[in-house]
Amino acid sequence: MTMLSERQQLSYIAAQAADARLNVELETEGMTLNIGPQHPATHGTLRIIARLDGEQVVWAEPSAGYMHRGYEKLTEVRTYPQVTALINRIDWLGSFANEVPFILAAEQLMEVEAPPRAQHIRTILFELSRIANVSLFLGDLGVQMGAVTPVFMAFRDREYVLNLIEGATGGRFHPNFDRIGGLKDDLPKGWIDETRQVMKKLRNFCDEIEDLLFGNEIFQSRTRGIGVIPAEVAKEYGLSGANLRASGVDWDLRRDQKLPLAYDKVDFKVWTHPDGDSWARCWIRLQEVREATRIVDQLIETIPSGPVMAKVPRIIKVPEGEAWVSTENPLGEMGYYVVSKGELGPFRVKIRSASFNNISITPWVLKGVYVPDIITILASLYFILGDIDR
Amino acid sequence: MVVPLSDDLRPSIVDRLRADLGDDLVEVHLIPDVDLWVRVNAAAWRQAGTSLRAAGFDYFCFLSAIDWMPSPYGRGEDDPSAEPAEEDPSASEIRQGYAGGETRFQLLARVTDIRRHVSVTLKADLLEDADGRMSVPSWIPVHAGANWHERETHEMFGINFEGHPDLRNMYLPGDFEGHPLRKDFPLLARMVKPWPGIVDVEPMPVSADGGDES
Repeated sequence: MTMLSERQQLSYIAAQAADARLNVELETEGMTLNIGPQHPATHGTLRIIARLDGEQVVWAEPSAGYMHRGYEKLTEVRTYPQVTALINRIDWLGSFANEVPFILAAEQLMEVEAPPRAQHIRTILFELSRIANVSLFLGDLGVQMGAVTPVFMAFRDREYVLNLIEGATGGRFHPNFDRIGGLKDDLPKGWIDETRQVMKKLRNFCDEIEDLLFGNEIFQSRTRGIGVIPAEVAKEYGLSGANLRASGVDWDLRRDQKLPLAYDKVDFKVWTHPDGDSWARCWIRLQEVREATRIVDQLIETIPSGPVMAKVPRIIKVPEGEAWVSTENPLGEMGYYVVSKGELGPFRVKIRSASFNNISITPWVLKGVYVPDIITILASLYFILGDIDR
Repeated sequence: MVVPLSDDLRPSIVDRLRADLGDDLVEVHLIPDVDLWVRVNAAAWRQAGTSLRAAGFDYFCFLSAIDWMPSPYGRGEDDPSAEPAEEDPSASEIRQGYAGGETRFQLLARVTDIRRHVSVTLKADLLEDADGRMSVPSWIPVHAGANWHERETHEMFGINFEGHPDLRNMYLPGDFEGHPLRKDFPLLARMVKPWPGIVDVEPMPVSADGGDES
C-alpha cells in the first residue's frame, strides 16, 4: 500500500550514487554540527551532536539532561498521595496519564480496587489526555517541516480538550486528580454533553490534518522511506507506543494486559503499519487520535453509577512488596516499579518513561541520513524532554 | 497462604531458565497471573539475558538498580526543633524484597515477550569489592537498548558495566562526585531547608476563652 514505486526507488538509488561520486571527487571534510538545545516545537531542550560528511550524518548522539529533576530521588521523601503531584510533570502534555500507572501500582500493593465508576472516568480522562497530547504532536509536525498553519489548528482544538479536563479536574495541565482507591471528584453536570460535541470537533480536526498535512506532497516526500526502523531493532531498543506499532508490531497495553481500567468494555482498533518509516509513525498517531475519540464516545454512554472512591484509610500506608504497572501512555509504555517497605512513602520508584527508550534509538537511526531528515525523524519519533530526563 | 496455581506459563519460563542457567538461578518469586521475579548470580547476568531473549523475550523494557540500605537521613520531614525519636535498631537493617538477596545493591531489569504477553523481572546481587566498586557484564550484546539504561544506572548508583563503550554521565556534569540514587547520598534540598509541609502540624490558634476560633 505504501511501498515506493519502482521509479521512486531507482531515482533514490541514482541520487545516492551521485552523492557518493561527489563525495569522492570533492573529498569533503568531516564537520560537527550542534542542533539545539532549543527545540523548534518547545517540547523541551535537547541537544543533538552530529558529525557530518557533506550532507550525511556519520555519527549522532543526543545529549539529554537539561531538564533532569531527579524525580526518582524526590519520590523517596514524599508520601504516596504527594507523589502524583510530581509525576504529573513528567510528560506535561498528557499529565493525567502519568498518574494512572503509579496509582494502579499502589492499589495493587494495597489490594484495593477503584469502584467501576472511577475506573470508567479514569479511562475517559486517560484518553482525553492522549487526545490533547497527540493532537499537539500533529500540529507541531507541520512546524518542524516548515508548515505553520497546522500548529494553530492544533492549539485551537486542543483547547476544547483542555477545557474538558479542566472542567472535570480543575487543572488544565496538571490535574493531580487520581487518588489511591478512586478519584477526587465526580464529573460535573453537563460535562458529558460537552464531551460529545468536542469529540466531533476533534474528528474534524483529524480530517483537516489528514487533508492538509498528510495529503501534502512535500510532507510525503520528506517522510516516506525516511528513518526506517525494523521491528527487531525497535523491540531491542524498547520502543513503545506508536513507534513500535509503526514498525508492524501489534502490541498495545490497553488491549494486551489486564488492568482495572475500562478498556475491555469498548471496541477499538489497534493500528499498525508495516513500513517503520517516519510517515508510518505520524500516520499511526493520527489514527490513534481518531480511535481515542471513538473510545471516549463509547465510554461516556456507559458510565456506571455508584461511588467514585473506594474505602481507604485516611492515612495511606502501603504494605511491603514490589509492583510493576505500566500503561499505554500517549508517548508509549510508561511504567512504575514501586518498592514499598510498609511506610507512608515509597522506598524506591523506578520510572520507566517512554521517551527515554524511544530517543535512545537515535544514534542508530540517524546514522547515514541527510541533515534535513534529522528533524523529520526526531519529530516523528516524538519525545517530550520531561519524559526523557525525569 | 497457598495460592491456587492457575498460571502455567510463568512456571514453564522458570523451568526453561533453570535448564539454561543451572545453579546460577538463585531464587524465584511468582505471583500467579500477576508477575514473575527471578534472581540470578551476577556472573550469569548476561547469560540470563541471552537465555530469555532466545525464549522469546525480545522486548527490552528497562534496566536499573536498587539500594536496599534504609536512608540514614530519614524522610526529612521531621521538625528539626523536636526531640529526636528513639533509635529503632531494626530501622537500619537491610531487608531485600521479592526473590530475596544478600547484598546492599541489586541490579534490576525487565524484559517482555510480546507474543505471549508475559514479562520477567530479573534481579542480581552485586558484591562490592574492597574499594566498594561493583561490576557486572554489560547487556548491550543482548539488547542494544540497554546502552542508555546502563549509563543512567552507572551515574546514579556507581555500578560499572564491563564492555560498555561509553559510560559518560547523562544528566549530571562530568565532574560530579557521588551517586545520587544511593541512599547515603543526601537530598540537599531537604538538608538546607526543612520540609515546608511541617507547618501543617503546628497547633491551631486558640482564642482567649480557651475555645476554638470557630
